[in-house]
Amino acid sequence: MSWLYLIILIPFLYAVIVPLIFKHIPQIHTGWFVLPIPVLLFMYLAKYVTFVAMDSPFIHSVPWIPSLGINYATYVDGLALIFGLIVTGIGALVILYSIYYLSKEREALGNFYVYLLLFMGAMLGVVFSDNIIVLYMFWELTSISSFLLIAYWYQRKSSRYGAQKALLITIFGGFAMLAGLLMLANITDTFSIREMILRADKTTAHPLFLQSMVLLLLGAFTKSAQFPFHIWLPDAMEAPTPISAYLHSATMVKAGIYLIARFTPIFGGSMEWFWLVSGVGMITLFWGSFSAVKQVDLKAMLAFSTIGQLGMIICLLGLGSAAMYYGPVKEAALCIPAILAALFHLVNHSTFKGCLFMVVGIIDYETGTRDIRRLGGLMGLMPVTFTLAVIGSFSMAGLPPFNGFLSKELFFTGVLNASRLDIFRMETWGMLFPVVAWIASIFTFIYCMVFVFRTFAGDYQPQKLEKINNEPAWGMLLPPAVLASLVILFFFFPSLLAQYLLMPAVASVLPGFVEASLGIGPIEAWHGWTPELIMTIGVVVVGMILFANYHKWSRFYGYIPVWFTLNFAYDSLLVKTEKTFEKITRGYMTGFIRDYLLYIFAFFVVVLAGVILMLNSFAFNPDVNNVSMYEVVLVFVMVVAALMVLLSRHRLVAIISLGIMGYLVAMFFVIFRAPDLALTQLVVETVTTVLFLLCFYFLPDLKNKIGEIGFKAANMAVALGFGLIVTVIALSAQSNRLFETISWFFENSYELAGAKNIVNAILVDFRGFDTMLEILVLCIAGIGVYTLIKLRLDSRKVSSKNR
Amino acid sequence: MQNQSFGILRGLRRFTEGSVIKIKINDVLLQTVTKVASFVILTFSVYLFLAGHHNPGGGFIGGLVVAAAITLLFLAYDVKTVRAGFPPVDFKVLAVSGVLLAVITGMGAVVFGKPFLSHAFGYFNLPLFGETELATSVIFDVGVALAVLGTALSIIYTISEDMCIWKR
Repeated sequence: MSWLYLIILIPFLYAVIVPLIFKHIPQIHTGWFVLPIPVLLFMYLAKYVTFVAMDSPFIHSVPWIPSLGINYATYVDGLALIFGLIVTGIGALVILYSIYYLSKEREALGNFYVYLLLFMGAMLGVVFSDNIIVLYMFWELTSISSFLLIAYWYQRKSSRYGAQKALLITIFGGFAMLAGLLMLANITDTFSIREMILRADKTTAHPLFLQSMVLLLLGAFTKSAQFPFHIWLPDAMEAPTPISAYLHSATMVKAGIYLIARFTPIFGGSMEWFWLVSGVGMITLFWGSFSAVKQVDLKAMLAFSTIGQLGMIICLLGLGSAAMYYGPVKEAALCIPAILAALFHLVNHSTFKGCLFMVVGIIDYETGTRDIRRLGGLMGLMPVTFTLAVIGSFSMAGLPPFNGFLSKELFFTGVLNASRLDIFRMETWGMLFPVVAWIASIFTFIYCMVFVFRTFAGDYQPQKLEKINNEPAWGMLLPPAVLASLVILFFFFPSLLAQYLLMPAVASVLPGFVEASLGIGPIEAWHGWTPELIMTIGVVVVGMILFANYHKWSRFYGYIPVWFTLNFAYDSLLVKTEKTFEKITRGYMTGFIRDYLLYIFAFFVVVLAGVILMLNSFAFNPDVNNVSMYEVVLVFVMVVAALMVLLSRHRLVAIISLGIMGYLVAMFFVIFRAPDLALTQLVVETVTTVLFLLCFYFLPDLKNKIGEIGFKAANMAVALGFGLIVTVIALSAQSNRLFETISWFFENSYELAGAKNIVNAILVDFRGFDTMLEILVLCIAGIGVYTLIKLRLDSRKVSSKNR
Repeated sequence: MQNQSFGILRGLRRFTEGSVIKIKINDVLLQTVTKVASFVILTFSVYLFLAGHHNPGGGFIGGLVVAAAITLLFLAYDVKTVRAGFPPVDFKVLAVSGVLLAVITGMGAVVFGKPFLSHAFGYFNLPLFGETELATSVIFDVGVALAVLGTALSIIYTISEDMCIWKR
């Protein structure tokens, strides 16, 4: 019995009590109360490592909306577990860091930790959900918590801008993904990812295959900040640094990678998937590392570097997906290192990038700036921070003895292998991958050097700093130190990681390949004078030269015109959409209720008439024999009353004529032996007539002031149409018998509900839900009237006071 | 003659003008009838409410009839006088508590492991009444009645209050 599905919910439950803790125990930093949650979750998840390594995944399912096939199903395999451990592990470190980073006196810590816990739970939900609808729900929740965290310092304009941008882009992708997932569910006829994978062979031929793939990838690319959707990530750096370290480098932005990895068994092996994923990844890798070099803000630099590294991982996943084309045979062995490299780099990136973000946070906290033009020579002031920065950025640059070296080598292996493929037109374009990868690696190397040496070496400029401090508290140094030690640990013991975490994850990305034992070599630091090593040496040499001459060629960045950037396109798109929609809205929101009623009734007529015509459902079985004299007379009087409403020149007459019609309807109820309805109709009619008379004073004069002939013609058309539609529906409903009769309920109402009055039994018992919602609507309407009038009263009072 | 036939309309004007008019129009006929009629209507509404289970009536109509009776009082006298004679209940609170009561009755079924809004009924031997049927749906109906009454009156009351100020 697994309790995992409850474990995921713990952060949500705990988030409820965090504000109370913040309010009632202000003397202790709220973070200390939150810290145990990720630590415990991490320990709990670590328990699964050995099970998963033995290839026995867990599944647990709780029905949620069983009628739609939506179950809250949790599934643990290698891939999910890697993400789960990263989310909880880095989460614990980030919370510890934030305790020292955020002041308990000044900050709204209650909000901060609630959002953080929301995010943590949502992210665990994303990676452990087997049901795509549940996955989507958690997916959007991560976007929302990210939005809240970016806008944590919402007093700043730039925070709000960044939060809005992130939300717009990721939610756009999320909607696309939902559409893709629903198409996929339609194709495979299941909501469960595992079952989709089992039925993967049938999906390729389906006409919706390509559309669902593209839509799904939109979701993944927006979330993982891939080109051209990457523009939200640099602006998301307005969030507090612990959040940048956590959401925007280690976890949330990797949700897209998770999605791609998770759906590789379904889409992998097709040419479109291969080129889309690896191509976009490659462009992003190049663009991210190219743009990172020109940044002067340390956090922006790390943001672009994250974009590039995410692109690299996604590119590797794309290249590795070619293995699905071959199936578990010998040829596929060329592609598997790419998947292994992707997952390995995923872990490594979380460690070194988390460490670097925390280092930037320390620099910002101690000096008051993140601008490399003002920083320099901090080596002597902060030796420990300097060491951590060196470990993190050298790992990112791909130098030994750090884990980044291993995954960078594997990356080169992946692209070199891919260039040797002879499928998907790789024979023509394959060489592009190693070349672009190599160039991007050079830029990566350069910005890593910039990061370290511009900040810590060079001239110390105390006059440009806002404040000067030495090393921070141990609590801010410990989390990056833990990550830095992992960076080194993974270099020396990669096979431990590979055996327990990476290989099970590869097994879930490429099901059936690991068992086939295609001879994937162990991850080793030294494997001879291979092309990969020569490429790395080339990167270092060229990178050194370019870094030394940076001032000579950096001017090149200035040549890119502003109107050519994606940010410019985003901003102008936003402004233009706003303006266009404002124009459209102002076009039809006239402020006259008669216009609004016209829209509502016209819409009603069009939709219902369309449905009736489309389904050809009009039916009319006249039963003239049963029409009595009374009914004829009543109808005649009603018609006269209706004409009076139309033709009267005084509003009072019109209102009274309306009342007559209402009373006549009540008479009909009497004739048809429905005393309940007749009674209700009589009283309702009375009360509404009084209400109508009350509003009498406000109504405009009836004397044909409103409107020329066109307006009246439109009104008449809509009114006639409406009357016609209602008549047609009434006649058809009477003549068709679509459903089984439910009069059985009514005949037995005394046994079923203990009531002899069937109308009342329907109201309170059989259709109690309807009644409940009805009175709720009634109540809302009453409050609505109250608010509308009170608002106006208050504004009038204010204006009279001003006078 | 005109005085009598347009009594209601005049009442309406008084209703809307509230305490603004200094010289009160004394509509003896309407007021005298109302005094008697409102009692009859209110009693009838109680009957309607209780009869609902087996005969025509129920919470919805019961609440509406009470609302109609109070509206009649509003018409015959002015809003202020009528309100002074009532306990100071906020009609909005009345409406909301009605909805709450209905929802809670529905939740009661969940506590006993039944689907939401299931009702129970049974026959009990009560002193004075003899064998009587008691049903939880009546509680639900009370909620409906309160919601209808509260909403109708709060709308009428708010609008008329608004008009008093408007006139000024």
